[in-house]
Amino acid sequence: MRILKLFFRNAFRHKLRTGLTILGITIAILAFGMLRTLVNAWYAGVEASSANRLVIRNAISLVFPLPLAYKDRIRQVEGVTLVSWGNWFGGVYIEEKNFFPNFAVEPRSFLALYPEYLLPDMQRSSFLSDRKGAVAGKKIADRFGWKVGDTVTLKGTIFPGNWEFTIRGIYRGKDRSVDETQFFFHWEYLDETVRKTAPRRAGQVGYYIIGIANPNLAGEVSAAIDAAFKNSLAETLTETEKAFQMSFVSMTEAILIAIQLVSIVIIVIIMAVVANTMAMTARERIGEYAVFKTLGFGGRFIAGLIFGESLFISLLGTAIGIGLTFPVAAAFHDYLGTYFPIFFVEKETVLMGVAAGILVGVVAALFPTWRAVRIRIADGLRRIG
Amino acid sequence: MSDSISPCDEHGPAPVLESRPVIVEVRNVNKSYLRGSHIIPVLRDIRLDIREGEFLALMGPSGSGKSTLLNLIAGIDKVDSGSIVIGGVDITALDETELAHWRATHVGFIFQFYNLIPVLTAFENVELPLQLTGLSRAERREHVETALRVVNLANRMDHYPAQLSGGEQQRVAIARAVVTDPTILVADEPTGDLDRASAREIMSLMCRLNRESGKTIIMVTHDPKAAEAAQVIRHLDKGYLNHAHP
Ligand SMILES: Nc1ncnc2c1ncn2[C@@H]1O[C@H](COP(=O)(O)OP(=O)(O)O)[C@@H](O)[C@H]1O
Ligand SMILES: [Mg+2]
Repeated sequence: MRILKLFFRNAFRHKLRTGLTILGITIAILAFGMLRTLVNAWYAGVEASSANRLVIRNAISLVFPLPLAYKDRIRQVEGVTLVSWGNWFGGVYIEEKNFFPNFAVEPRSFLALYPEYLLPDMQRSSFLSDRKGAVAGKKIADRFGWKVGDTVTLKGTIFPGNWEFTIRGIYRGKDRSVDETQFFFHWEYLDETVRKTAPRRAGQVGYYIIGIANPNLAGEVSAAIDAAFKNSLAETLTETEKAFQMSFVSMTEAILIAIQLVSIVIIVIIMAVVANTMAMTARERIGEYAVFKTLGFGGRFIAGLIFGESLFISLLGTAIGIGLTFPVAAAFHDYLGTYFPIFFVEKETVLMGVAAGILVGVVAALFPTWRAVRIRIADGLRRIG
Repeated sequence: MSDSISPCDEHGPAPVLESRPVIVEVRNVNKSYLRGSHIIPVLRDIRLDIREGEFLALMGPSGSGKSTLLNLIAGIDKVDSGSIVIGGVDITALDETELAHWRATHVGFIFQFYNLIPVLTAFENVELPLQLTGLSRAERREHVETALRVVNLANRMDHYPAQLSGGEQQRVAIARAVVTDPTILVADEPTGDLDRASAREIMSLMCRLNRESGKTIIMVTHDPKAAEAAQVIRHLDKGYLNHAHP
């Protein structure tokens, strides 16, 4: 109890110094948390992918289509439970900066494959029965003020023209790792129109997504599918949804690794700063520690004083930093949600922040403690005179 | 031993030392310090007996080893050779932990610069040595209050050192030194940082502790006025302890 009071009071002897140190830790932990959250946001698509889903695309490149006719051959491959297909539509709502992902999908199989998109039964059936119907995620619906029944026009980029849709449903995510900024509509509607305007592009899909019975057999199923289309006009590349998502991220992986490194560097820097503060503090108190020792207090007591103060300062800064990470992340998401649909502070990030805070406190106390415990009383007392 | 009138006499008669047991026995103590590659002998073959209830002043020029000898007797420094027996315990044979424990129970310290803990109140400073004893909270409070009454600071218990004058801080330090009722009191230039009036007050207090409570006091000083209070004065010069003389 007495030692608690002591390191608490000691911590506030130099209010400015302690305040600045705490501020430094707060900013470091905040930056650490934000960078981690940014990296997590980048990997959100990978994290959200299901082991039960495979993506089939043209072996040459994602920009080349596959014939719709493949669907029956695919369905026959052992282990395949569901076949769905779609096209990246790339429509623009009013102007470029209103970006959100939009797809033409085979609606029934799509909804069956993505149970994480929660859609009320009523909306589901009205979407399925309206050829020009579309479903929007809660976040973009909120962003543009769309309601069920509204008409929305997208300007086609890959498929020219103005495309009219009626919002038939607004989906929510099963949990917050689900992207609520997507927009999807009937592939039939796209294909019908293309058939009239550019017949050569009709009957082509951008990709297939299939459901498989056993995720452990994903490799075998993929191989079987790709073998089936070997030497055909459009060879396929089948991979898990995770691998597919990863192929997007891996292009920027070097940047992500750099960001992660920076987040660690920040902690190392603040560690040095706090260690310096504690060393300075302990040096000033060498005489006091000598007095404690003179009175018969042992090294453990001295260590307790220094560690207690160091941890107190570090954890106070950490607590404020973590507390700030949430509102800052929320503000960041409001501002840049377009690029990072999934942006939230994960529990793991919080735990890593706390661990970093403890580490900073412990490391900063090590050297001053070693010095204070080791110094001879007579020498320590001389520092006062 | 001395016919001169000590300012302590108003606090009672000086004890007849010859009839008292020797409580501190310093035998053939040598101590040197290493400075760079030079060995600097500080104490040479020191031999000193201090009797129970004695008030001893150690005098000598600056750098003559007074503090070093005091620190050795108080168990906060180690001899190179020789022995120091206090109350029957050879403290040169104790290890760090035993020595810390021994200091906590047997030695009261008074320093030149008071050495109070600035973040603790007068009360808490005096209570500090009692934290290492098995006393209950209530008992500790009682002891602390008594000690602060002795130094006449009962009304300043909740003041922090910075709120007290030098003389008052030294009185708190004296209360801290006596609160555990130690075997010996050691004081290193207790008036060295004080003005005349405060110094006189502190010396009077030390006299009372010696004459009324029978405390054994070993005091380093180079202030002849302060030394007058002592019953025995010993001089250190270049590491040698001169023979007793008034
Ligand atoms: N820890 C130490 N390291 C080196 N030299 C020391 C140390 N402590 C004391 N000395 C030296 O020992 C001598 C005696 O010191 P000290 O006992 O403090 O003298 P006094 O108290 O009589 O002024 C001085 O020359 C001092 O410089
Ligand atoms: Mg000295």
